[in-house]
Amino acid sequence: MGRALAVFIWVMTILSVWMFLDGRWWFPKSITEHGPAYDQQFVLTIVVVGVAFAAAQVALGYAVWRFRDTGDGSRAVYSHGNNRMEILWTAITAVVFITVAVLGQRVWAGLHFEPAPPDSNHVRVVAQQFQWNFHYAGPDGKFGRTDPAKISDESLNFIGLDSADPAAADDAVVATLVTQAGRPVELNLTARDVTHSLWVPPLRFKQDLVPGLDIKVHFKPLQVGQYEIACAELCGQQHYKMKSFMLVLPEDEHRQLTSLPQAQFQAQVTQLLKKYPVKYD
Amino acid sequence: MSTEAHVERLGVANEWDGGALPYRVGHRKLGMWLFIISDAMTFTALLIGYSYVRAASDQWPTPFHFYPSIVFSTVMTLFLLASSFTMVMAVKASAHNRLKAARRWIGATMLGGLAFLVLHIIEWMNLIGEGLRPFGVAEDSEFAGLWAKHWPQAPPLFGASFFSITGLHMFHVFTGVLYLGVIALRISKTRHEDVEISGLYWHFVDLVWMFVFPLIYLMSVNMEH
Amino acid sequence: MAEAEVTHQEAHAAEAHAHAPGVHHHAPPSGFIRKYIFSIDHKVIGIQYLLLALVSVFVGLVMSVLMRMNLTWPGTEWPILGTLFPDGAPNGVMSPEFYLSLVTMHGTIMVFFVLTTAPQGGFGNYFLPIQIGADDMAFPYLNMLSFWVTFVGLVVILAAIFASGSPSTVGPTGGWTGYPPLSAVGDILNVPGQGMGMNLWIISIAIFCVASLLGALNFIVTLLNLRTRGMSLMRMPLTCWAWFTTAILALLSFPVLLAAGILLLLDRTAGTSFFVPGGLSNGSGIEALKTYSGGSPILWQHLFWFFGHPEVYIAILPGMGATSHILSTFARKPVFGYRAMVFAMFAIGLLGFFVWGHHMFISGMSPYTGFAFSILTLSIGVPSAIKTFNWLGTLWGARIRFTTPMLFAIGFVSLFVAGGITGLVLGQTSLDLSMHDTYFVLAHFHLVMGVAAIFGMFAGMYFWFPKMFGRMMSERLGKIHFWPTMIGVYGIFIPMHAMGIVGMPRRYSQFHEVINGQEVMIYEFLRTTPGLVKFVTWSAIVTALAQLIFLFNFVYSIFRGERASDNPWDATTLEWTTATPPPHDNFGGQVPVVYRGAYEYSVPGAPQDFVMQTTPDETEANAPPDGAAGVQGQGDGGNGHR
Ligand code: HEA
Ligand code: HEA
Ligand code: CUA
Ligand SMILES: [Cu+2]
Repeated sequence: MGRALAVFIWVMTILSVWMFLDGRWWFPKSITEHGPAYDQQFVLTIVVVGVAFAAAQVALGYAVWRFRDTGDGSRAVYSHGNNRMEILWTAITAVVFITVAVLGQRVWAGLHFEPAPPDSNHVRVVAQQFQWNFHYAGPDGKFGRTDPAKISDESLNFIGLDSADPAAADDAVVATLVTQAGRPVELNLTARDVTHSLWVPPLRFKQDLVPGLDIKVHFKPLQVGQYEIACAELCGQQHYKMKSFMLVLPEDEHRQLTSLPQAQFQAQVTQLLKKYPVKYD
Repeated sequence: MSTEAHVERLGVANEWDGGALPYRVGHRKLGMWLFIISDAMTFTALLIGYSYVRAASDQWPTPFHFYPSIVFSTVMTLFLLASSFTMVMAVKASAHNRLKAARRWIGATMLGGLAFLVLHIIEWMNLIGEGLRPFGVAEDSEFAGLWAKHWPQAPPLFGASFFSITGLHMFHVFTGVLYLGVIALRISKTRHEDVEISGLYWHFVDLVWMFVFPLIYLMSVNMEH
Repeated sequence: MAEAEVTHQEAHAAEAHAHAPGVHHHAPPSGFIRKYIFSIDHKVIGIQYLLLALVSVFVGLVMSVLMRMNLTWPGTEWPILGTLFPDGAPNGVMSPEFYLSLVTMHGTIMVFFVLTTAPQGGFGNYFLPIQIGADDMAFPYLNMLSFWVTFVGLVVILAAIFASGSPSTVGPTGGWTGYPPLSAVGDILNVPGQGMGMNLWIISIAIFCVASLLGALNFIVTLLNLRTRGMSLMRMPLTCWAWFTTAILALLSFPVLLAAGILLLLDRTAGTSFFVPGGLSNGSGIEALKTYSGGSPILWQHLFWFFGHPEVYIAILPGMGATSHILSTFARKPVFGYRAMVFAMFAIGLLGFFVWGHHMFISGMSPYTGFAFSILTLSIGVPSAIKTFNWLGTLWGARIRFTTPMLFAIGFVSLFVAGGITGLVLGQTSLDLSMHDTYFVLAHFHLVMGVAAIFGMFAGMYFWFPKMFGRMMSERLGKIHFWPTMIGVYGIFIPMHAMGIVGMPRRYSQFHEVINGQEVMIYEFLRTTPGLVKFVTWSAIVTALAQLIFLFNFVYSIFRGERASDNPWDATTLEWTTATPPPHDNFGGQVPVVYRGAYEYSVPGAPQDFVMQTTPDETEANAPPDGAAGVQGQGDGGNGHR
């Protein structure tokens, strides 16, 4: 029985490690500036905990194999422990954990502690059950005023854009997040009903959109293409298909698009979505 | 039998080595302490929640006029303090086994508590009369006017936090009075420790008020108008 | 009224205690009701808790299998469901809201009614008093009250499943974390399962909080005041330390959830808006939403997780205690680093109160607090590591007897490492950016809570069953149960890590749609996962079926199992010194006196390879003033059965 258990523990360990190494089940390729740093930190951590995991499991398996009662009447070692060992492994794990913890703040700090670069594009995001609304300032670069009271799905005013405000005249509100390759973008995230969460795997971050809060995040997409947006916070029965898309465009196409008047914006976006089909590698 | 005697009888070198009461307090008293700790956590959570929303909202009404609210609440506070004092006397009396005195002092404590309750309910009625509601304020009431004038963006949370927190405290005072009543009636049968324990609970209820009073009342005094 | 209860019955306990040492005179209650239903005997109450957990766990188990089935074969018709839940699963096809109600119920039932009842209320109730040599809990009536209040909580939560919520009839759909605004205004937004069901969910949780508070209070007093002579703190079995720490955590964390629950209920029913901000809209200017403003959804998350994180340790600590206890027993070796184990447990408990923010990294909470929480979170890995290493140390140089409880205890260690280790990934703010609310989190907490803690329960059940029911559980069936379970749970939860890394989000009722026979992924980036999903589901089905073996073994052994001796495992602690099953006052009038630590195995020169805690020393060194005669006989009695 002991041997069988040991063997199982070892086999399980090998299979688990294999699953991580196989590569079939890994992140979609990163498309942002902070992506590589993220992946690096992830790999580092996985290696550290992987080694710890394997070491602990192998040791457990060994003990189970080696120290089974052979029925020879011999007795176990009579020991109440060993303080030097205790101190040793406490110190080691403490060092390992704290180091990993501190390293683990870099990407976070980059995304959250530093303000968005001045040259960033700006997009307002208003999530709702169960769709995404991305609000663009238009040529004048000014966001029109919004007012919850003006929200009306019949008239397709999902975010309550106030038409009385001149700045709103050229604003576009579409279901697609359009960004520009190589140019940082700052998102102002909020939700109009319940909490949602913006989740684009290749971006290597997600952020809740909380009603009543205006949460800022900024990142720098690099890889031109189309990517899927999923909702990562339970928001109701259709949570599982609260889906939309994100476009990362070359500079010229982006400039051309954002200078379009409201009317043609959507049409152009539809074109681009066709031009850059979703594909991960 | 008293705790000390207990330890005596078992004659153990160190109370922590088992067969004794390490804190030299019986189960009931220890239990009451623990209950107080957990109940304190509940109030802490509520008061922190209240402070959180209050801090988070850009406007928070401060509608309490010096009279009646503050005067009332101050008098209530005094009654509660007094009742704590009489409770101390009650415990003293029962310690010296002067049961009649103890019973009288407990009676006095209960009166203090009842006075608090009555005043508190009158106070509630005043506020409700002025238009305060668990959610926001009643239309075209005095408060509605105040709100519209001074705190247009105020969230409707003032009444909510006020009624829920003071309400829960009121409930504690109420149960406290009943509890003391039971002790007073059964004083000859109960042990001194039971009186002490009821005292613990009463002082705790009193202490909680000492947080509620400044946070809910004093911080909402209407200075200018 | 609890007070009244307390005053009343404590008199009984104290009186019993006052007689110590010596013979207790109180006759066991006669009459079925007082004996088995409204019993104040901690042993009966313990078994009641275990049965409650057993019922709950199978409900939760069935739900988990249903979830897996929906994730793997969405849109399939399961006629039985159609008849049971005409609205939730119209003609047998599970609706998304039905799936969500399954998730919510599965999570809630498993966390509250399984992992907070059996390990603590069940085994703790039964064995804490016996292991410290007491004749009962400090407050027997309070104990009974805790159980029945818990029972009411269970009834309410089960009622929630069938409560009619607008618009269709499904259980609550807020997830076990019930985040507002969804859980507060979901009804107004016409989200299915946010009606009455949600109210009942909150009420049930509130009731459960009260029960747990009373229970925790009782445990702490019992452990502090009712330890028998010579049972110093450092001689207690680690199980007692675990139950003690757990009780402290419960005492401090449940009140906060209680408060939060009350506020949420007010938001839903009284029109307050503690957790609901203003300016909400459902797109058609609905009036009901306008009354809300000023609240903060984040506040709920803070309150919930301030409870929630300690709760997960409430779930695991008793398992850790049982594991240490059982490993030492069948390793025939003293626990390695007993003190370190105790301190580690307390460290975990203490730190557990300062890491709740790691559930909220991406909630919009200030990134600086996130930073602080992250550091604290990883430091909590240190005491856990200490425990792990000490378990290994206990096995090192042992003479392991591979009984079923030992197999599960070893399984616990393996699973705890596998599950805990990923906490170090999630604990880093940066990495959580991607991992949060993916299947990676599910993998983490299922391994560590979903099964490590459960393995602790299994181990305890196989270990203590003979003492509780006077008969052995079948070792053979036990092992037949162990293998598919051990292999199965790894099969279920290891692949979830991979899904999580790929980016699979939680609480999705399906990941592909079947369009004229073709399985079409809803999200392209999940294209590599269907294989895993199927694999996980089949593993789950096999594992779930394997639990029937356990159930059969459990029921069969109660009536037909071979009779158990007083000390079938050659164990050392007090529960093995008394009769099997123990008499009403636990020690048949004898008050045990303790002479040594809990894990004296393979002591050189001792007659057997174990020395009971009650066996007096030849050297009167640490014997109490008046050595109690008669207890000696008892100690031998324990060994006598060899
Ligand atoms: C029994 C329950 C239990 C336990 C013990 C733990 C233990 C830990 N948990 Fe877990 N956790 C949950 C139950 C539990 N958790 C649940 C239920 C959730 C999800 C709630 C929800 O959202 O629904 C959750 C979620 C969760 C999150 C949030 C994820 C997210 O939602 O984004 C985080 C993040 O920090 C976290 C961290 C940790 C850490 C650091 C530990 C540590 O205590 C682990 C320590 C253990 C070890 C480290 C392994 C043993 C050590 C060694 C083998 C030493 C050698 C190691 C090295 C040298 C590296 N947990
Ligand atoms: C103790 C906690 C526990 C346990 C045991 C389990 C067991 C299982 N869980 Fe679950 N699960 C949760 C806690 C638990 N889970 C929580 C908290 C959530 C989150 C809910 C939310 O998101 O809100 C969740 C969510 C969850 C999901 C995610 C749903 C989603 O997000 O979309 C899934 C999906 O597959 C799942 C699957 C399973 C499976 C297949 C099992 C099992 O089939 C695995 C096999 C089970 C066993 C082997 C246990 C058998 C035990 C006994 C028979 C006990 C015997 C009794 C005594 C000894 C007294 N669980
Ligand atoms: Cu939107 Cu989930
Ligand atoms: Cu946690």
